[in-house]
Amino acid sequence: MHKVEIISIFVENKPGKLEKITKTLADAKINILGFSITSVKDFGVIKFFVDKPKEAFELFKEKGFVVALSPAIGIEMKDKPGGLYEVVKFISSRGVNIENALVYVAESREKAYFIFEVENFEQALEALKDNGYNLLTTENL
Amino acid sequence: MFWNKEIECMDEEQLRELQLKRLKEVVKRVYEKVPFYKKKFDEAGLKPEDIRTLEDIKYIPFTSKMDMREAYPFEMFAVPLSEIVEVHTSSGTTGKPVVAGYTRKDIELWGEVMARCLAMIGVTKEDIVQIAYGYGLFTGGLGFHYGAHKIGATVVPASAGNTRRQIQLMKDFGSTVIACTPSYALYLSEYAKEEMGIDPSTLKLKKGSFGAEMWTEEMRREIEKRFDIEAYNVYGLTEIIGPGVAHECPAKNGLHVWEDHFLVEIIDPETGETLPDGQEGELVITTLTRDGMPMLRFRTRDITTLHREKCACGRTMARIERIKGRTDDMIKVRGVMIFPYQIEQAILEVQGVEPHYQIILTRPHYLDEIEVQVEMSKEIFSDDVKTIENLRKRLEKRIEEAVGVRVKVTLVEPKSIPRSEGKAKRVIDKRNLK
Repeated sequence: MHKVEIISIFVENKPGKLEKITKTLADAKINILGFSITSVKDFGVIKFFVDKPKEAFELFKEKGFVVALSPAIGIEMKDKPGGLYEVVKFISSRGVNIENALVYVAESREKAYFIFEVENFEQALEALKDNGYNLLTTENL
Repeated sequence: MFWNKEIECMDEEQLRELQLKRLKEVVKRVYEKVPFYKKKFDEAGLKPEDIRTLEDIKYIPFTSKMDMREAYPFEMFAVPLSEIVEVHTSSGTTGKPVVAGYTRKDIELWGEVMARCLAMIGVTKEDIVQIAYGYGLFTGGLGFHYGAHKIGATVVPASAGNTRRQIQLMKDFGSTVIACTPSYALYLSEYAKEEMGIDPSTLKLKKGSFGAEMWTEEMRREIEKRFDIEAYNVYGLTEIIGPGVAHECPAKNGLHVWEDHFLVEIIDPETGETLPDGQEGELVITTLTRDGMPMLRFRTRDITTLHREKCACGRTMARIERIKGRTDDMIKVRGVMIFPYQIEQAILEVQGVEPHYQIILTRPHYLDEIEVQVEMSKEIFSDDVKTIENLRKRLEKRIEEAVGVRVKVTLVEPKSIPRSEGKAKRVIDKRNLK
């Protein structure tokens, strides 16, 4: 299945919060491949794309964080000018709306992945797959 | 079903006459017999003869829980100790406990009002009544005991605790009525199911009388569903008599107060002014017929509303709403009275789960501000910031509607609100009002 998973964590907007979270991942030897932070006033949601998402999810849950594991689509793009433009043009041409996104650079200057969440995962995947674009799977990380 | 239909459905005018006659008697008696009351009356420049109408009760000074503590142990008694046949105390979590003394007549009265409560929900001599309130100094166990005895039901005086045995007794004896605290009822149902493999709805229980702590309609529905019973609210307090002051009828629309024995008023807890029926405030009770320890205008600190509209059951006795909170919990913000339960209810309505929250009061620029911190939980978490922000705004709106003051809601991480003994401290007042 052409699916990857993103971890979302609820955090208060206070100094030291990101430090605590990244330390948790570091101690468990989980590698961060990409991340994004969105905040509104006093709180925010940090999203991580990691090499062992299930493990990371269980770990955060155990530590008492409010955390969610959500499906996302990872689409390969070239790490060069126009790379992102090309894939988003394709995504929008298939009528898929991007909700949240982050970038995973697999090989610098060569290959990167645009990782994004959509409202209806199954429907979006159906619209995007088998169109000549490489979609990332958790197994291939 | 009625235990004493003539009284319970008594003509309202006659009831007021009876109350006035009894009020005059008790005022005269305590003035003569209890130095505490004589002193209070004298200080207020009040004579027993000054009480000519029921409205005149407003001139009588209040009796507080603090007064009761100072009277420890026996100074509120209106009879010689030799006439007292039983004493009870209320749990003294802070300082000395409150002592209640009962004469033989009082025990008789207690049985009568509790019998009315139980008969009202259909308990008869055919019933097997399991009493899982504590027996002993606490009034819960024995109060129910006297009432069930009077009806002639089969009493199973299980007392509190020993959960496994409670369930075994229910099963083996086929208990049809349960009396305990609502939280213990929920615990019983969980224990039966998880530890003993017994589905509580298969037990023979038909109804239950629950009280001695605050509970909600959600809890009622849960108890009724789990046991497949009818669950009713009972109200009482040690200072007045114990359980049996008021009880719900099958209409489940407020608790009928036995007004021929207990005169109730609702006051503004801030000013002490009497409030009209239908308005929320502090419940104040005067005992009209207590023999050993009459109580004049006792401030219960319980928050409720009084209703006198006709009840579907035919009783004319006034009803109080389910107890909403304690005046001790009240906070005053920009002149508005607010109770934590109002905020709790509002949060519950929005997010559908019991919230962990804290109310923080500050006064940054000569104006009070309320911040309500609500812990994020997995039930309400969304991985989308917009959705969370919308939830936060909905919480602010709903709380403002409930309390009438604009509040700021902050969403905080789980377990970030400190808990002591499993319960969170609800209000932090940083206004430094001196």
